[in-house]
Amino acid sequence: MRALPVGDRALLVEVSTDEEAQALHADLLRRRAEGSLSVRELVPAARTVLLDGLDDPAGLAARLTTSKLPPAPARAQEVVEIPVRYDGPDLAAVAGHWAVSPQEVARIHAAAEFRVAFCGFAPGFGYLTGLPARYGVPRHATPRTTVPAGSVGLAGPYTGVYPRSSPGGWQLIGTTDVVLWDHARVPAALLSPGTPVRFVPVES
Amino acid sequence: MTDRALAVVRAGALTTVQDQGRPGHAHLGVPRSGALDAPAAALVNRLVGNPPGAALLETTLNGCDVRPRSTVMVAVGGAPCPVTVDGRPVAWGAPVRVPAGALLSVGTAVSGVRSYVGVSGGVTVEPVLGSRSTDLLSGLGPPPLTDGTVLPLGTPTAPHARVDVVPHPRPPAELILRVTLGPRDDWFTTAAIRTLTTHTYRVSSASNRIGLRTEGPALERALPGELPSEGMVLGAVQVPPDGRPVVFLADHPTTGGYPVIAVVRPTDLPATAQAVPGTPVRFVVVRRR
Repeated sequence: MRALPVGDRALLVEVSTDEEAQALHADLLRRRAEGSLSVRELVPAARTVLLDGLDDPAGLAARLTTSKLPPAPARAQEVVEIPVRYDGPDLAAVAGHWAVSPQEVARIHAAAEFRVAFCGFAPGFGYLTGLPARYGVPRHATPRTTVPAGSVGLAGPYTGVYPRSSPGGWQLIGTTDVVLWDHARVPAALLSPGTPVRFVPVES
Repeated sequence: MTDRALAVVRAGALTTVQDQGRPGHAHLGVPRSGALDAPAAALVNRLVGNPPGAALLETTLNGCDVRPRSTVMVAVGGAPCPVTVDGRPVAWGAPVRVPAGALLSVGTAVSGVRSYVGVSGGVTVEPVLGSRSTDLLSGLGPPPLTDGTVLPLGTPTAPHARVDVVPHPRPPAELILRVTLGPRDDWFTTAAIRTLTTHTYRVSSASNRIGLRTEGPALERALPGELPSEGMVLGAVQVPPDGRPVVFLADHPTTGGYPVIAVVRPTDLPATAQAVPGTPVRFVVVRRR
């Protein structure tokens, strides 16, 4: 574990794997909840957790890097189920990458147990890990100018669902009617870092 | 119909509602947002008797025209510009009484980029996650104003300030940004670090509320390849593949995959809101506090 200073008030704590990043994030959330850590933003990502709004980043860096990372806590959260129609425009291309049939893409994807590793790109957009590494796919070289809201896409090791219509370069394998972001709802985001997710196939 | 409202007659190039933003939600992909020139916004609020968190208008380059439906106190600050009420010149940087139905015209900035229009009672559009700020990256908050928009106003809670003199900001002839290196300065060659800190860059016309883009020599990477996405802070100097540094401003993405070579001191960021395209930019490395 390595803590890199970011400006005067923030730290970027770097670990080796996404599982470690999730465990570190869970541990920092626990410390904040019990009052032993004062931090404004706690932003997990692929291999890091950013802590922003710290009073003494150097002191915390010294404490963090000498402490041992506890294992990720058991999933206490309820699994969010996302019904999906596997009818995306890139389903055949993904099937080609995986060397399986399109039906098999749906079966493999729906069988995986996902977890939100981190959020970003747009409010409510979660980067979901859980697909075995061999199912990674490249992004499109030229992003689509418009990807409809509810599109379920793959990129690298991640699965994501577009909360609203936007440009995007992910390989689209399906569509859902679930609302990922609704600021009139509490919480506004359906998915937040750590949320366990399962995709449930539905008929087109 | 309540009369506490402001009708937008001319929205201008880009006029948005801003307050102090919505920090604390970066983990959900929600940018901080808020007024880019925060000290100017706070001053304008103080002048009309509003609390510092009241929402006001942020204009870009060519101001805006608005018509309040009830008599209000208004103050215009930030980028200096001509201000008129029904065509008659009134003070900039001071509270001005605008009668119900009169046309307040905020003109083109004489220097600088963004003027702030504070109205007694504040703009009271529905808050999103505790803030009324328009966030251009993610589309949270009210959309940018268009001609004909009607904005609700709150009830004034305090009398407007009595002022003799307000600070008259001079938009920067040269933008000096003090930075601390890292967290990813090791992704660049030592020559790149030297270039960043000795060469003068210029503010690019592609700058916006998301980032201050620069023109100048490309910074050479020492490490090829992609960095896994990581959390980004306000003031991060991110270097995309073209090698030209971008300073992340209020509507910046909360995670990103290009390496951050340095971070700008927060106290130097308000000046970026007023730097017109072409303004020279110098990055000066300072020691971490």
